[in-house]
Amino acid sequence: MMRLELVKRPQHSVLFSAISPLIALVLTMIAGAIMFSILGKNPLDALYYYFIDPLRETWSLHELAIKAAPLILIAVGLSVCFLSNNWNIGAEGQFIAGAIAGSILPVVFPDFQTWLVLPLMLVMGVAGGAAYAAVPAFLKARFNTNEILTSLMLVYVAQLFLDWIVRGPWRDPGGMNFPETRDFHAFAILPELMPSAGRANWGIVFAVLAALILWFILRKTRKGFEIRVLGQSPRAGRFAGFSSSRMVMVAFLISGGLAGLAGISEVAGAIGQLQPSISPGYGFTAIIVAFLGRLNPLGIVAAGFVLALSYLGGEAAQISLGLSDKAARAFQGMLLFFVLGCDTLIHYRIRLAGRAMRGGEVTTNA
Amino acid sequence: MKKLVLALAATTAAIAFGAAPVAAQDKTKACWIYVGPIGDFGYSYQHHQGLLDVEEHFGDKVETAYLESVPEGADAERALERFARSGCDIIFATSFGFMDPVQKVAAKFPDIKFEHATGFKRDHPNVATYNSRFHEGRYVQGVIAAKMSEKGVAGYIASFPIPEVVMGINAFMLGAQSVNPDFQVKIVWANTWFDAGKEADAAKALLDQGVDIITQHTDSTAPLQVAAERGIKGFGQASDMIKFAPETQLTSIVDDWGPYYIERVQAVMDGTWEQNDVWGGMKDGHVVMAPYTNMPDDVKAAAEEIEAKIKDEGFNPFTGPVYKQDGTLWLEEGQVAPDGEVLSMNFYIKGIDDKLPN
Repeated sequence: MMRLELVKRPQHSVLFSAISPLIALVLTMIAGAIMFSILGKNPLDALYYYFIDPLRETWSLHELAIKAAPLILIAVGLSVCFLSNNWNIGAEGQFIAGAIAGSILPVVFPDFQTWLVLPLMLVMGVAGGAAYAAVPAFLKARFNTNEILTSLMLVYVAQLFLDWIVRGPWRDPGGMNFPETRDFHAFAILPELMPSAGRANWGIVFAVLAALILWFILRKTRKGFEIRVLGQSPRAGRFAGFSSSRMVMVAFLISGGLAGLAGISEVAGAIGQLQPSISPGYGFTAIIVAFLGRLNPLGIVAAGFVLALSYLGGEAAQISLGLSDKAARAFQGMLLFFVLGCDTLIHYRIRLAGRAMRGGEVTTNA
Repeated sequence: MKKLVLALAATTAAIAFGAAPVAAQDKTKACWIYVGPIGDFGYSYQHHQGLLDVEEHFGDKVETAYLESVPEGADAERALERFARSGCDIIFATSFGFMDPVQKVAAKFPDIKFEHATGFKRDHPNVATYNSRFHEGRYVQGVIAAKMSEKGVAGYIASFPIPEVVMGINAFMLGAQSVNPDFQVKIVWANTWFDAGKEADAAKALLDQGVDIITQHTDSTAPLQVAAERGIKGFGQASDMIKFAPETQLTSIVDDWGPYYIERVQAVMDGTWEQNDVWGGMKDGHVVMAPYTNMPDDVKAAAEEIEAKIKDEGFNPFTGPVYKQDGTLWLEEGQVAPDGEVLSMNFYIKGIDDKLPN
């Protein structure tokens, strides 16, 4: 019996590491083209609607920015967590917590209307997301609980809390008992950048700024060094005098704060009120974006746009070619498969291992 | 590298020849946005049947397009705008959560007609709303349930505590009480419109509590299939689900959107489209009962009788005397509930042993 083994390459090609996402993109296009032709669609048309059509018009570029902004904001925060070996899977919950905390002013105090409202909302959004992320961080730092489980489970708590609050205490008094809050007043709306051209708002600016700042911190400061050292080798980090429990808090607070900012930017920007569901899973998709961007904040900006494009392109292909929504999702899945596959093969090579070579060991295993 | 070059060439070719479709001027383009997949065999499926009816009715004179599984949130506005820009003359947004996006996009495209199902906002003259009186069918189901159930207890899988669903529960209960005043209903809030797993779990939980008939206000066929496994009867939802539970389904409330869609597309063609707020029921053909199956003849006769009473005599399920859950009188003897009160209903009627979540 033959077995496949992954063997770490002694050194990996710098060139291929750099262009790996591009190779993955090309492989996705080829595999996608095959899938589209099996579905009876012209593959060139399909790829055109996927990758070109959404970029042809200004309004659509604005939509791309709207879709990419929360993904980038959350993913750059997650990169800090993941680099420091903290597995925050609960960004979706922190996104919602930020949205709820940030919405207190326009929903509970609708008569408080000054230009101060929006900045306060943003600050409260950041604080809400950070506070929510502090829960799994504290549990990990203090009791050594598994942060993957705690942060993930808190997502469902946040979703149900949002659901309850928009059906109950925060329900729009003029809304015929439907589950949504009152519309935010004009002072509580995140302004659009170029209202005449499209509805992209300041969210994308926050996202790019956050990416630049975190890139600087991670690459150029001692704190960034600390984050990476503690992530790669906690023991070495301890010898260097870095506290890993403090790092847990820092990473989660940054990540939660940015997810919270994404949350309040989304409800104050593109949505304009709280609803039972405010996110189509941005917090989870952002995990993919973070890895697609190789945990590098600048790479994440690019990855955020690519993933946003795949959503918009999926819609365009659905409308124009009648491609099913499921085919669009499968195509997205292919992209991620190839990205991970390329990365793996750059760092490892495949070896065929026969039974004879490992004789005794295999039989004991069997 | 060669592959990369090939792909780039392909992309370039796609741009050059990529045939941006030329919109035919004489065709009317009608577009639909669904909240679920058209394969749910429930709510979105049924709207899609309406689209197919429109295609069949108008043939070459109409062009259609749809988007399925559009999330209610920031994505809905983009989906609507994309349709508006792709030459749609009329856009049907088929879920409540699309309400505010519809208003926003309608403001930008005054020449395009927007039709929003189950909402109440008509901020602009090019926005109409439409809905159906599904609770009429639920009253009939209540009558059947009370006649069929030996224990006098039904299980009810509800989605979200919005007026639409609450009025359905109340109508079901009024129908059941007209047969058996002591009838009981156990309610599980699934907090989803479409999640086969959750719905099946809810059905199992209800059956474990001893109900011997179930009904649902969620869209998948899972509860009926669970009922079939346990050998009890149940009701379909939104479409005729008899194929999924041939021995189990008693009847189903079928949402027939086709007549309304054909009428509205015709109005766009004729240039007579106007804003409206339609709430059609059995009499308009918007709510249709699937064939009465798996029941004795006398129950079937009773169901047909009450269906005829609603359809032909205009009987309103919310006709007094009706008491609220706390015992206060809501409708006096013979009084008919005004539509406005039904459409914003957030209370249970007397006899429902459950607390409305809000």
